[in-house]
Amino acid sequence: METRFRTLKDIPLEEELVPGTMICAGCGGALLVRIFEKVLGSNVITVNAAGCMTMLSVFPFTPFKSSWFYVAMASAPAAAQGVRDALDILIKKNKIDSKDNLKVLVLTGDGAASGIGLQSTSAAIQRGLDFYYLVYDNEAFSNTGFQASESSPFASATKTTSPTETHEGVMSQKKDLFEIWRAHKPPYVATISPAFIKDMMQKIERSSQFKGPKLFIANSPCPPGWGIESDQVIRVANLAVETGIWPLKEAINGEVRHTWMQKRRPVEEYLKTQERFEHLFKPTRNDEIINQLQKRVDDYWSSVKK
Amino acid sequence: MKQLITGNAAVATAVKLCNVEYIPAYPITPQTEIIELLSRWINEEKMDAKFVTYDSEHSMISAAGAASLVGARTFTASSSQGLLYAFEMLYNVSGWRAPIVLANVSRAVASPITLEPDHNDVLAARDSGFLQIHAETCQEVLDSVIMAYKISEDNRVRLPVIVNLDGFYLSYTREPVDIPAQELVSQFLPEYKPVFGYLDGQNPISMGVTVLSSNAYSYFKYQLHLASLNALNVHEEISQQFEKLFGRKYGLVDEYMLDDADYVIVMTNSFATMGKAAINRLRGEGKKVGLLRIRMIRPFPKKIIAEKLAGKKAVGVIDQNISVGSGGILYPEITSALYHSNERPKSIISFIGGLGGKKISISEFRHILSTLETSFHVDKFPVQSVMLFTEDDWGSVKEMLKIAGKGEVSGN
Ligand code: SF4
Repeated sequence: METRFRTLKDIPLEEELVPGTMICAGCGGALLVRIFEKVLGSNVITVNAAGCMTMLSVFPFTPFKSSWFYVAMASAPAAAQGVRDALDILIKKNKIDSKDNLKVLVLTGDGAASGIGLQSTSAAIQRGLDFYYLVYDNEAFSNTGFQASESSPFASATKTTSPTETHEGVMSQKKDLFEIWRAHKPPYVATISPAFIKDMMQKIERSSQFKGPKLFIANSPCPPGWGIESDQVIRVANLAVETGIWPLKEAINGEVRHTWMQKRRPVEEYLKTQERFEHLFKPTRNDEIINQLQKRVDDYWSSVKK
Repeated sequence: MKQLITGNAAVATAVKLCNVEYIPAYPITPQTEIIELLSRWINEEKMDAKFVTYDSEHSMISAAGAASLVGARTFTASSSQGLLYAFEMLYNVSGWRAPIVLANVSRAVASPITLEPDHNDVLAARDSGFLQIHAETCQEVLDSVIMAYKISEDNRVRLPVIVNLDGFYLSYTREPVDIPAQELVSQFLPEYKPVFGYLDGQNPISMGVTVLSSNAYSYFKYQLHLASLNALNVHEEISQQFEKLFGRKYGLVDEYMLDDADYVIVMTNSFATMGKAAINRLRGEGKKVGLLRIRMIRPFPKKIIAEKLAGKKAVGVIDQNISVGSGGILYPEITSALYHSNERPKSIISFIGGLGGKKISISEFRHILSTLETSFHVDKFPVQSVMLFTEDDWGSVKEMLKIAGKGEVSGN
């Protein structure tokens, strides 16, 4: 497929999400939404599940040029189905002109996507809903102040998993949404990163040739939650990919392909940038946990077909 | 054309007559027959609508509200646990001002889990912003669904409506129902045209946005309340149009032998039919007793209730529900509607009966009447709700407790 995104310069100039929101400075998630909306264009309805991005539209303002619909935490994919079906019904009856058709984008955080909203997401994929699904994965419940979610990585500190002498932060492994979705056999699943905009734009473009669920999970550095400066977001996102912690990949009709496969840096370089992993280095270095984290990444990559 | 159909079939028939375009669904006893019929008619191409089964009632109501906002006429149905599971979204859908109609087939709420009706499910939704119409017969079920769309899509109201029918007593009971002609229903209920136009690329709109200002929040909530109150007059208006076309008239309340009655029993839903039969018996014995059935429960028709009960000696309210730790749910609403009336009845007494579909026997109605007759003595006035339960009822429960290994149990 020919791409219209060969270099970063090919980012559409038209802004769909204009400045002036209550979102934190440097928020990785907001950057992703901005680019995502640019690629999709103006005929879009963004269906939002409760999370940080709920704060994008606060009455009487909205930064969106297109339509916006805040639903609830658990059921944005269900409401998206209602929107899609109603649009199809009205277009069929000529009550809406087909040129005014809307693309449906569900916007949700990892807390909703991996927990309370997983059931309605699973059902939407199973029904073959024609929609885009964007998870900004900041790896915790950030909007409520950074409590552990099912997507929080092993050994990270959150407000509900404070590291102590006997606890190393989150004691469970991050839920693998990519594989959970892929098991439903949707036409398109991908991971993306705000540090790899070209890769992201090409993936959205590629996915758009398919009718059905087009699912994206995005690494979304969160300055207050991860304990990084807002000008470090892209650097940290870049390290997540380059250490192999955040594999960039896609699955077209279930077939997995990695879109970044270069020499990896040690995970330590990524961990060291963030306060949520500080307890692994201070007051004393916890080699056992650091090695476990490295091994998990190594194991993953050794299973990846070259 | 009269047909012998169940309450569930009456709902489905009305939905078809209303040219509903979208039906999000989730099965639950005793509602399921409604969605089975609708999905079959759609597959047989007798109905031009889309039917989608969701993963839960929470999702189903989310989708219903969403589709309605985009511009499709939408219907959905639930019951009991299902309605409670959807609870968060009931408040949302009314806040979105999405004019959907939801048939609730009443069923008592767990735990303990059971199948037959009482109204703890639907009355739990009383503060949600949904209007509530409670029907007594299968005919009224059909007519109420048609009226519900007209009220809910009226720009003075624009709120979702629950039409309530009792599980089993109506849902599975066949009654003769006059099914109106399609042309007449289409004349009464024109195509659904949303106020802001259909949602499309030409008309971007933000829906359900966060409101952090408490002034704005209060404003929107007051709007909901005022819109709901508007439905009292809108209902009267629409009821007259309905009568002209179909020859049947429905009020906010329904009265039975009320004019000369000294004593009044207040009821809702299908059990009012039992109440009316009891009134006939008691009238035959020379008792001046009548019945008031409340049909519209949200908005609550305070004024007409106060008018109808003015000058009566005593009133007994039978709540087929229980607000644990308080008593009947409708009793305080009725009492407060009467408080400022100069002619308010001397006593108003709360009764609870019909829980989990337990029949209310003639002996219980007699007990209600005798309680009303003696209630003027301060020491005879029951401060707490009177729970209707006969010797026979207690006997059968004792039997079950024995089988369950609880030994001999004595009541108090
Ligand atoms: S808390 Fe984190 S994810 Fe949420 S808006 Fe702020 S930076 Fe973005």
